[in-house]
Amino acid sequence: MNKIEAKNVDFYYGTFHALKGINITIPNNEVVAFIGPSGCGKSTFLRLFNRMNDLIPGARLTGQVLIDGQDIYEKGVDVDVLRRGVGMVFQRPNPFPKSIFENVAYGLRVNGIKDKDFIRQRVEEALTSAALWNEVKDKLKESAYALSGGQQQRLCIARAMAVQPSVLLMDEPASALDPISTAKIEELICELSSQTTIVIVTHSMQQAARVSNKTAFFYLGEMVEYGETKKIFTNPEKEATQNYITGRFG
Amino acid sequence: MVKFVENELISIKKEIHDMWTLVYEQLDNAYKSLLGPDVALAELVAAREKRVNAFELKIDSDIEDFIALYNPVAVDLRFALAMLKINNNLERIGDYADSIARFVIRTEFKPEDRELFEQLKLSQMYETALAMLKTTFESLEQQDIAQAKSVFEFDETLDSINDQAISVLVDYATRHPESVRLCIELAGVFRKLERTGDHINNLAEETIFYIDAEVLKHRRTAAPAQPEA
Repeated sequence: MNKIEAKNVDFYYGTFHALKGINITIPNNEVVAFIGPSGCGKSTFLRLFNRMNDLIPGARLTGQVLIDGQDIYEKGVDVDVLRRGVGMVFQRPNPFPKSIFENVAYGLRVNGIKDKDFIRQRVEEALTSAALWNEVKDKLKESAYALSGGQQQRLCIARAMAVQPSVLLMDEPASALDPISTAKIEELICELSSQTTIVIVTHSMQQAARVSNKTAFFYLGEMVEYGETKKIFTNPEKEATQNYITGRFG
Repeated sequence: MVKFVENELISIKKEIHDMWTLVYEQLDNAYKSLLGPDVALAELVAAREKRVNAFELKIDSDIEDFIALYNPVAVDLRFALAMLKINNNLERIGDYADSIARFVIRTEFKPEDRELFEQLKLSQMYETALAMLKTTFESLEQQDIAQAKSVFEFDETLDSINDQAISVLVDYATRHPESVRLCIELAGVFRKLERTGDHINNLAEETIFYIDAEVLKHRRTAAPAQPEA
Protein backbone atom coordinates (compact mmCIF):
# COMPACT_ATOMS: atom_id res chain seq x y z
CA MET A 1 0.00 0.00 0.00
CA ASN A 2 1.31 3.44 -0.92
CA LYS A 3 1.63 6.03 1.81
CA ILE A 4 2.76 8.97 -0.30
CA GLU A 5 2.25 9.60 -3.96
CA ALA A 6 3.38 12.51 -6.11
CA LYS A 7 1.83 12.95 -9.52
CA ASN A 8 3.35 15.23 -12.16
CA VAL A 9 4.71 17.60 -9.54
CA ASP A 10 6.31 20.82 -10.73
CA PHE A 11 7.45 23.40 -8.22
CA TYR A 12 8.61 26.97 -8.74
CA TYR A 13 10.38 29.55 -6.58
CA GLY A 14 9.14 32.58 -8.49
CA THR A 15 10.41 31.98 -12.01
CA PHE A 16 12.92 29.31 -10.94
CA HIS A 17 11.68 25.87 -11.92
CA ALA A 18 12.90 23.85 -8.91
CA LEU A 19 11.13 20.52 -9.50
CA LYS A 20 10.23 19.15 -12.90
CA GLY A 21 7.53 16.55 -13.49
CA ILE A 22 8.17 14.38 -10.45
CA ASN A 23 6.22 11.14 -10.10
CA ILE A 24 6.88 8.85 -7.16
CA THR A 25 5.11 6.38 -4.91
CA ILE A 26 6.40 5.75 -1.42
CA PRO A 27 5.14 2.54 0.23
CA ASN A 28 3.82 2.44 3.77
CA ASN A 29 6.37 1.79 6.55
CA GLU A 30 9.39 1.94 4.30
CA VAL A 31 12.46 4.14 4.42
CA VAL A 32 13.06 6.11 1.24
CA ALA A 33 16.24 8.13 0.74
CA PHE A 34 16.55 11.16 -1.51
CA ILE A 35 20.08 11.74 -2.79
CA GLY A 36 21.60 14.22 -5.18
CA PRO A 37 23.97 17.19 -5.30
CA SER A 38 23.18 20.45 -3.50
CA GLY A 39 20.46 22.44 -5.23
CA CYS A 40 18.98 19.44 -7.03
CA GLY A 41 15.58 19.85 -5.37
CA LYS A 42 15.55 16.94 -2.93
CA SER A 43 14.90 19.07 0.19
CA THR A 44 12.33 21.15 -1.69
CA PHE A 45 10.54 17.95 -2.63
CA LEU A 46 10.73 16.63 0.94
CA ARG A 47 9.19 19.83 2.30
CA LEU A 48 6.21 19.46 -0.03
CA PHE A 49 5.03 16.49 2.05
CA ASN A 50 4.14 18.67 5.04
CA ARG A 51 3.61 21.91 3.09
CA MET A 52 6.66 23.58 4.58
CA ASN A 53 7.12 25.55 1.35
CA ASP A 54 3.71 27.23 1.62
CA LEU A 55 4.98 30.39 3.26
CA ILE A 56 7.82 31.03 0.81
CA PRO A 57 6.91 34.10 -1.29
CA GLY A 58 6.42 33.22 -4.94
CA ALA A 59 6.41 29.47 -4.33
CA ARG A 60 4.00 27.63 -6.61
CA LEU A 61 3.13 23.98 -7.11
CA THR A 62 1.35 22.16 -9.88
CA GLY A 63 0.43 18.47 -9.82
CA GLN A 64 -0.71 16.43 -6.86
CA VAL A 65 0.84 15.24 -3.61
CA LEU A 66 -1.24 12.55 -1.95
CA ILE A 67 -0.89 11.08 1.51
CA ASP A 68 -3.11 8.09 2.21
CA GLY A 69 -4.83 8.88 -1.06
CA GLN A 70 -5.77 12.44 -0.13
CA ASP A 71 -4.39 15.41 -2.05
CA ILE A 72 -2.77 17.50 0.70
CA TYR A 73 -2.83 20.63 -1.49
CA GLU A 74 -6.57 20.51 -2.01
CA LYS A 75 -8.60 23.48 -0.79
CA GLY A 76 -9.86 22.96 2.72
CA VAL A 77 -6.97 20.81 3.92
CA ASP A 78 -6.04 21.85 7.48
CA VAL A 79 -2.25 22.23 7.45
CA ASP A 80 -2.03 21.84 11.24
CA VAL A 81 -3.84 18.52 11.07
CA LEU A 82 -1.60 17.48 8.17
CA ARG A 83 1.56 18.28 10.18
CA ARG A 84 0.31 16.26 13.15
CA GLY A 85 0.57 13.23 10.91
CA VAL A 86 3.78 14.26 9.14
CA GLY A 87 6.64 14.96 11.54
CA MET A 88 9.92 16.52 10.57
CA VAL A 89 13.51 16.44 11.79
CA PHE A 90 16.00 18.97 10.48
CA GLN A 91 19.72 19.03 9.77
CA ARG A 92 20.63 20.78 13.01
CA PRO A 93 18.98 19.76 16.26
CA ASN A 94 16.50 22.47 17.24
CA PRO A 95 15.21 21.73 20.74
CA PHE A 96 12.95 24.34 22.31
CA PRO A 97 14.35 26.37 25.23
CA LYS A 98 12.49 24.13 27.63
CA SER A 99 13.17 21.05 29.71
CA ILE A 100 13.75 17.66 28.11
CA PHE A 101 10.30 16.53 29.29
CA GLU A 102 8.53 19.65 27.99
CA ASN A 103 10.19 19.37 24.59
CA VAL A 104 8.65 15.95 24.06
CA ALA A 105 5.35 16.88 25.69
CA TYR A 106 5.03 20.05 23.60
CA GLY A 107 3.20 18.53 20.62
CA LEU A 108 0.76 16.72 22.90
CA ARG A 109 -0.05 19.90 24.83
CA VAL A 110 -0.47 21.90 21.60
CA ASN A 111 -2.93 19.23 20.51
CA GLY A 112 -4.99 19.92 23.64
CA ILE A 113 -4.06 16.85 25.66
CA LYS A 114 -4.17 17.64 29.38
CA ASP A 115 -4.15 14.20 30.99
CA LYS A 116 -0.83 14.28 32.90
CA ASP A 117 -0.52 10.50 33.22
CA PHE A 118 -1.14 10.08 29.53
CA ILE A 119 1.44 12.76 28.67
CA ARG A 120 3.99 11.21 31.04
CA GLN A 121 3.45 7.79 29.50
CA ARG A 122 3.67 9.11 25.93
CA VAL A 123 6.87 11.07 26.72
CA GLU A 124 8.48 7.92 28.08
CA GLU A 125 7.39 5.92 25.05
CA ALA A 126 8.68 8.56 22.64
CA LEU A 127 12.03 8.86 24.43
CA THR A 128 12.32 5.08 24.53
CA SER A 129 11.56 4.75 20.83
CA ALA A 130 14.19 7.42 20.18
CA ALA A 131 16.71 5.34 22.19
CA LEU A 132 17.16 8.21 24.62
CA TRP A 133 15.13 7.20 27.68
CA ASN A 134 17.95 5.44 29.55
CA GLU A 135 20.23 8.44 29.09
CA VAL A 136 17.76 11.12 30.27
CA LYS A 137 15.25 9.44 32.56
CA ASP A 138 16.94 10.91 35.65
CA LYS A 139 17.18 14.46 34.32
CA LEU A 140 13.89 15.08 32.56
CA LYS A 141 13.56 18.52 34.12
CA GLU A 142 16.95 19.70 32.93
CA SER A 143 17.27 21.99 29.92
CA ALA A 144 17.36 20.27 26.56
CA TYR A 145 20.36 22.44 25.76
CA ALA A 146 22.38 20.47 28.32
CA LEU A 147 22.30 17.44 26.04
CA SER A 148 24.99 16.64 23.47
CA GLY A 149 24.32 17.30 19.78
CA GLY A 150 23.50 13.66 19.11
CA GLN A 151 21.20 13.50 22.12
CA GLN A 152 19.49 16.73 21.07
CA GLN A 153 18.81 15.28 17.62
CA ARG A 154 17.32 12.14 19.17
CA LEU A 155 15.27 14.40 21.44
CA CYS A 156 13.91 16.12 18.33
CA ILE A 157 13.04 12.72 16.90
CA ALA A 158 11.30 11.83 20.18
CA ARG A 159 9.42 15.15 20.01
CA ALA A 160 8.28 14.32 16.48
CA MET A 161 7.34 10.74 17.45
CA ALA A 162 5.35 11.76 20.55
CA VAL A 163 2.34 12.69 18.45
CA GLN A 164 2.65 9.36 16.60
CA PRO A 165 3.02 10.64 13.06
CA SER A 166 2.46 8.20 10.21
CA VAL A 167 5.20 9.91 8.17
CA LEU A 168 8.55 11.18 9.42
CA LEU A 169 10.57 13.52 7.18
CA MET A 170 14.28 13.82 7.91
CA ASP A 171 16.41 16.46 6.22
CA GLU A 172 20.04 15.41 6.65
CA PRO A 173 19.40 14.38 10.26
CA ALA A 174 22.93 13.19 10.97
CA SER A 175 25.06 15.57 8.95
CA ALA A 176 26.10 17.56 12.02
CA LEU A 177 26.77 14.52 14.22
CA ASP A 178 29.80 12.38 15.05
CA PRO A 179 29.95 8.74 13.81
CA ILE A 180 28.62 7.24 17.05
CA SER A 181 25.63 9.59 17.20
CA THR A 182 25.09 9.01 13.49
CA ALA A 183 25.02 5.24 14.06
CA LYS A 184 22.41 5.72 16.79
CA ILE A 185 20.23 7.84 14.51
CA GLU A 186 20.54 5.23 11.76
CA GLU A 187 19.58 2.41 14.13
CA LEU A 188 16.66 4.52 15.21
CA ILE A 189 15.51 5.00 11.61
CA CYS A 190 15.48 1.22 11.12
CA GLU A 191 13.49 0.68 14.32
CA LEU A 192 11.00 3.50 13.66
CA SER A 193 10.28 2.25 10.17
CA SER A 194 8.05 -0.45 11.64
CA GLN A 195 5.76 2.30 12.96
CA THR A 196 6.07 5.04 10.38
CA THR A 197 7.01 5.83 6.80
CA ILE A 198 10.35 7.65 6.72
CA VAL A 199 11.66 9.89 3.96
CA ILE A 200 15.25 11.00 4.46
CA VAL A 201 17.38 13.47 2.56
CA THR A 202 21.05 12.70 2.88
CA HIS A 203 24.34 13.62 1.29
CA SER A 204 25.93 10.47 2.63
CA MET A 205 25.77 7.73 0.03
CA GLN A 206 26.67 5.13 2.63
CA GLN A 207 23.90 6.34 4.93
CA ALA A 208 21.33 6.09 2.14
CA ALA A 209 22.62 2.60 1.33
CA ARG A 210 22.50 1.50 4.98
CA VAL A 211 19.13 2.79 6.09
CA SER A 212 16.79 2.91 3.12
CA ASN A 213 14.67 0.38 1.26
CA LYS A 214 14.36 2.61 -1.77
CA THR A 215 16.45 5.47 -3.11
CA ALA A 216 15.62 8.34 -5.45
CA PHE A 217 18.37 10.25 -7.21
CA PHE A 218 17.62 13.88 -8.04
CA TYR A 219 19.56 16.10 -10.41
CA LEU A 220 18.75 19.63 -11.60
CA GLY A 221 15.17 19.39 -10.37
CA GLU A 222 14.44 16.06 -12.00
CA MET A 223 14.13 12.66 -10.42
CA VAL A 224 16.62 10.76 -12.55
CA GLU A 225 16.13 7.33 -11.02
CA TYR A 226 14.06 5.71 -8.28
CA GLY A 227 14.32 2.11 -7.25
CA GLU A 228 15.36 -0.50 -4.72
CA THR A 229 18.40 0.77 -2.82
CA LYS A 230 20.33 -2.46 -3.47
CA LYS A 231 19.85 -2.03 -7.20
CA ILE A 232 20.72 1.68 -7.18
CA PHE A 233 24.00 1.03 -5.34
CA THR A 234 25.06 -2.06 -7.25
CA ASN A 235 23.80 -1.59 -10.78
CA PRO A 236 21.88 1.64 -11.39
CA GLU A 237 19.95 1.98 -14.64
CA LYS A 238 21.12 5.50 -15.46
CA GLU A 239 24.69 6.55 -16.13
CA ALA A 240 24.10 9.84 -14.30
CA THR A 241 23.17 7.91 -11.14
CA GLN A 242 26.29 5.78 -11.41
CA ASN A 243 28.47 8.84 -11.94
CA TYR A 244 26.98 10.53 -8.89
CA ILE A 245 27.15 7.63 -6.44
CA THR A 246 30.70 6.77 -7.48
CA GLY A 247 31.68 10.41 -6.93
CA ARG A 248 32.45 11.17 -10.55
CA PHE A 249 30.28 14.27 -10.65
CA GLY A 250 28.09 16.37 -8.41
CA MET B 1 38.05 12.19 -3.94
CA VAL B 2 37.40 11.19 -7.54
CA LYS B 3 41.05 11.55 -8.48
CA PHE B 4 42.09 9.33 -5.56
CA VAL B 5 39.57 6.68 -6.58
CA GLU B 6 40.62 6.83 -10.22
CA ASN B 7 44.27 6.46 -9.21
CA GLU B 8 43.45 3.41 -7.09
CA LEU B 9 41.42 1.84 -9.90
CA ILE B 10 44.24 2.43 -12.38
CA SER B 11 46.74 0.96 -9.95
CA ILE B 12 44.71 -2.22 -9.34
CA LYS B 13 44.01 -2.55 -13.05
CA LYS B 14 47.74 -2.39 -13.75
CA GLU B 15 48.49 -5.01 -11.10
CA ILE B 16 45.90 -7.38 -12.58
CA HIS B 17 47.38 -6.71 -16.02
CA ASP B 18 50.85 -7.61 -14.75
CA MET B 19 49.57 -10.69 -12.87
CA TRP B 20 47.75 -11.89 -15.98
CA THR B 21 50.88 -11.39 -18.12
CA LEU B 22 53.00 -13.27 -15.60
CA VAL B 23 50.57 -16.19 -15.36
CA TYR B 24 50.26 -16.36 -19.16
CA GLU B 25 54.05 -16.55 -19.43
CA GLN B 26 54.12 -19.25 -16.76
CA LEU B 27 51.59 -21.38 -18.64
CA ASP B 28 53.27 -20.75 -21.99
CA ASN B 29 56.74 -21.55 -20.65
CA ALA B 30 55.47 -24.70 -18.94
CA TYR B 31 54.11 -25.74 -22.34
CA LYS B 32 57.38 -25.01 -24.12
CA SER B 33 59.36 -26.82 -21.44
CA LEU B 34 57.14 -29.89 -21.91
CA LEU B 35 57.43 -29.84 -25.70
CA GLY B 36 61.20 -29.33 -25.60
CA PRO B 37 61.65 -30.94 -23.21
CA ASP B 38 63.51 -28.03 -21.64
CA VAL B 39 64.35 -28.58 -17.97
CA ALA B 40 66.01 -25.17 -17.59
CA LEU B 41 62.81 -23.44 -18.71
CA ALA B 42 60.75 -25.69 -16.41
CA GLU B 43 62.99 -24.67 -13.51
CA LEU B 44 62.43 -21.02 -14.37
CA VAL B 45 58.65 -21.60 -14.20
CA ALA B 46 58.98 -23.35 -10.84
CA ALA B 47 61.15 -20.54 -9.50
CA ARG B 48 58.67 -17.88 -10.63
CA GLU B 49 55.75 -19.57 -8.87
CA LYS B 50 56.72 -17.72 -5.68
CA ARG B 51 56.31 -14.45 -7.55
CA VAL B 52 52.80 -15.44 -8.62
CA ASN B 53 51.86 -16.25 -5.03
CA ALA B 54 53.38 -13.03 -3.70
CA PHE B 55 51.61 -11.02 -6.37
CA GLU B 56 48.29 -12.63 -5.46
CA LEU B 57 48.72 -11.59 -1.82
CA LYS B 58 49.70 -8.05 -2.81
CA ILE B 59 46.68 -7.60 -5.08
CA ASP B 60 44.30 -9.08 -2.46
CA SER B 61 45.68 -6.66 0.09
CA ASP B 62 45.43 -3.65 -2.25
CA ILE B 63 41.80 -4.47 -3.13
CA GLU B 64 40.96 -4.91 0.55
CA ASP B 65 42.44 -1.46 1.22
CA PHE B 66 40.49 0.02 -1.70
CA ILE B 67 37.19 -1.36 -0.37
CA ALA B 68 37.93 -0.25 3.19
CA LEU B 69 39.11 3.24 2.32
CA TYR B 70 36.86 4.23 -0.56
CA ASN B 71 33.61 2.31 0.05
CA PRO B 72 33.10 1.65 -3.68
CA VAL B 73 29.61 1.19 -5.09
CA ALA B 74 28.07 0.20 -8.43
CA VAL B 75 30.65 -0.31 -11.19
CA ASP B 76 33.57 0.41 -8.82
CA LEU B 77 32.34 -2.23 -6.37
CA ARG B 78 31.83 -4.74 -9.18
CA PHE B 79 35.35 -3.96 -10.38
CA ALA B 80 36.82 -4.62 -6.93
CA LEU B 81 34.89 -7.87 -6.44
CA ALA B 82 35.64 -9.10 -9.96
CA MET B 83 39.36 -8.31 -9.67
CA LEU B 84 39.54 -10.19 -6.35
CA LYS B 85 38.14 -13.31 -8.00
CA ILE B 86 40.16 -12.87 -11.19
CA ASN B 87 43.28 -12.61 -9.03
CA ASN B 88 42.47 -15.88 -7.24
CA ASN B 89 41.69 -17.72 -10.48
CA LEU B 90 44.92 -16.50 -12.06
CA GLU B 91 46.87 -17.78 -9.07
CA ARG B 92 45.28 -21.23 -9.48
CA ILE B 93 46.28 -21.27 -13.17
CA GLY B 94 49.79 -20.34 -12.03
CA ASP B 95 49.73 -23.38 -9.72
CA TYR B 96 48.89 -25.65 -12.65
CA ALA B 97 51.74 -24.20 -14.74
CA ASP B 98 54.08 -24.85 -11.81
CA SER B 99 52.85 -28.47 -11.47
CA ILE B 100 53.39 -29.12 -15.16
CA ALA B 101 56.88 -27.60 -14.98
CA ARG B 102 57.74 -29.80 -11.99
CA PHE B 103 56.54 -32.84 -13.93
CA VAL B 104 58.99 -31.88 -16.71
CA ILE B 105 61.83 -31.49 -14.18
CA ARG B 106 61.36 -34.94 -12.62
CA THR B 107 60.67 -36.87 -15.84
CA GLU B 108 63.19 -38.36 -18.26
CA PHE B 109 61.43 -38.21 -21.61
CA LYS B 110 62.24 -40.57 -24.47
CA PRO B 111 62.20 -39.64 -28.17
CA GLU B 112 59.10 -41.79 -28.75
CA ASP B 113 57.12 -39.79 -26.18
CA ARG B 114 56.70 -37.08 -28.80
CA GLU B 115 54.52 -39.44 -30.82
CA LEU B 116 52.38 -40.04 -27.74
CA PHE B 117 52.01 -36.27 -27.28
CA GLU B 118 50.70 -36.03 -30.83
CA GLN B 119 48.19 -38.84 -30.27
CA LEU B 120 47.02 -37.07 -27.15
CA LYS B 121 46.61 -33.76 -29.05
CA LEU B 122 48.71 -32.11 -26.38
CA SER B 123 49.53 -29.12 -28.57
CA GLN B 124 45.89 -28.53 -29.46
CA MET B 125 44.90 -28.79 -25.79
CA TYR B 126 47.60 -26.41 -24.65
CA GLU B 127 47.16 -23.90 -27.44
CA THR B 128 43.41 -23.79 -26.87
CA ALA B 129 43.97 -23.01 -23.19
CA LEU B 130 46.51 -20.30 -24.02
CA ALA B 131 44.21 -18.79 -26.64
CA MET B 132 41.34 -18.73 -24.12
CA LEU B 133 43.53 -16.97 -21.58
CA LYS B 134 44.67 -14.40 -24.16
CA THR B 135 41.14 -13.75 -25.46
CA THR B 136 39.75 -13.25 -21.95
CA PHE B 137 42.59 -10.86 -21.16
CA GLU B 138 41.81 -8.82 -24.27
CA SER B 139 38.09 -8.80 -23.46
CA LEU B 140 38.86 -7.27 -20.07
CA GLU B 141 41.26 -4.73 -21.57
CA GLN B 142 38.74 -3.68 -24.21
CA GLN B 143 35.66 -4.22 -22.02
CA ASP B 144 34.19 -6.42 -24.76
CA ILE B 145 31.45 -8.70 -23.48
CA ALA B 146 30.98 -10.57 -26.79
CA GLN B 147 34.68 -11.42 -26.79
CA ALA B 148 34.50 -12.64 -23.19
CA LYS B 149 31.51 -14.85 -24.01
CA SER B 150 33.32 -16.30 -27.02
CA VAL B 151 35.69 -18.05 -24.61
CA PHE B 152 33.01 -20.40 -23.28
CA GLU B 153 32.71 -22.46 -26.45
CA PHE B 154 36.41 -23.38 -26.34
CA ASP B 155 35.92 -25.06 -22.99
CA GLU B 156 34.12 -27.91 -24.72
CA THR B 157 37.20 -28.48 -26.87
CA LEU B 158 39.32 -28.90 -23.74
CA ASP B 159 36.78 -31.28 -22.17
CA SER B 160 36.62 -33.34 -25.34
CA ILE B 161 40.42 -33.62 -25.77
CA ASN B 162 40.78 -34.50 -22.08
CA ASP B 163 38.19 -37.29 -22.39
CA GLN B 164 39.89 -38.72 -25.47
CA ALA B 165 43.32 -38.47 -23.84
CA ILE B 166 42.28 -40.81 -21.05
CA SER B 167 41.36 -43.51 -23.57
CA VAL B 168 44.61 -43.00 -25.48
CA LEU B 169 46.66 -43.21 -22.27
CA VAL B 170 44.90 -46.38 -21.06
CA ASP B 171 45.58 -48.00 -24.42
CA TYR B 172 49.20 -46.81 -24.45
CA ALA B 173 49.85 -47.99 -20.89
CA THR B 174 48.43 -51.43 -21.76
CA ARG B 175 50.81 -51.74 -24.68
CA HIS B 176 53.77 -50.17 -22.87
CA PRO B 177 53.64 -51.26 -19.22
CA GLU B 178 57.01 -49.61 -18.56
CA SER B 179 55.33 -46.24 -19.25
CA VAL B 180 52.48 -46.53 -16.76
CA ARG B 181 53.94 -43.83 -14.53
CA LEU B 182 54.37 -41.45 -17.46
CA CYS B 183 50.78 -42.12 -18.53
CA ILE B 184 49.43 -41.40 -15.06
CA GLU B 185 51.41 -38.16 -14.90
CA LEU B 186 50.25 -37.15 -18.36
CA ALA B 187 46.64 -37.80 -17.32
CA GLY B 188 47.34 -35.35 -14.52
CA VAL B 189 48.67 -32.78 -16.99
CA PHE B 190 45.52 -33.05 -19.09
CA ARG B 191 43.35 -32.79 -16.01
CA LYS B 192 45.22 -29.60 -15.03
CA LEU B 193 44.72 -28.12 -18.48
CA GLU B 194 41.03 -28.99 -18.35
CA ARG B 195 40.78 -27.29 -14.94
CA THR B 196 42.73 -24.32 -16.37
CA GLY B 197 39.90 -23.99 -18.89
CA ASP B 198 37.38 -23.91 -16.02
CA HIS B 199 39.34 -21.15 -14.32
CA ILE B 200 39.54 -19.16 -17.56
CA ASN B 201 35.74 -19.50 -17.82
CA ASN B 202 35.59 -17.98 -14.34
CA LEU B 203 37.82 -15.12 -15.54
CA ALA B 204 35.42 -14.48 -18.42
CA GLU B 205 32.39 -14.63 -16.10
CA GLU B 206 33.96 -12.12 -13.73
CA THR B 207 34.87 -9.85 -16.65
CA ILE B 208 31.24 -9.88 -17.80
CA PHE B 209 30.02 -9.26 -14.23
CA TYR B 210 32.31 -6.25 -13.94
CA ILE B 211 31.32 -4.73 -17.27
CA ASP B 212 27.60 -5.51 -17.35
CA ALA B 213 26.56 -6.71 -13.85
CA GLU B 214 25.40 -9.94 -15.47
CA VAL B 215 25.91 -13.00 -13.25
CA LEU B 216 26.67 -16.07 -15.36
CA LYS B 217 28.03 -18.30 -12.62
CA HIS B 218 26.22 -21.68 -12.54
CA ARG B 219 23.86 -20.46 -15.26
CA ARG B 220 25.60 -21.15 -18.53
CA THR B 221 24.84 -24.87 -18.42
CA ALA B 222 21.11 -24.32 -17.90
CA ALA B 223 18.91 -25.44 -20.77
CA PRO B 224 17.89 -22.58 -23.05
CA ALA B 225 14.35 -21.29 -22.58
CA GLN B 226 11.79 -22.88 -24.86
CA PRO B 227 10.04 -20.50 -27.24
CA GLU B 228 6.39 -19.91 -26.39
CA ALA B 229 3.88 -21.85 -28.48
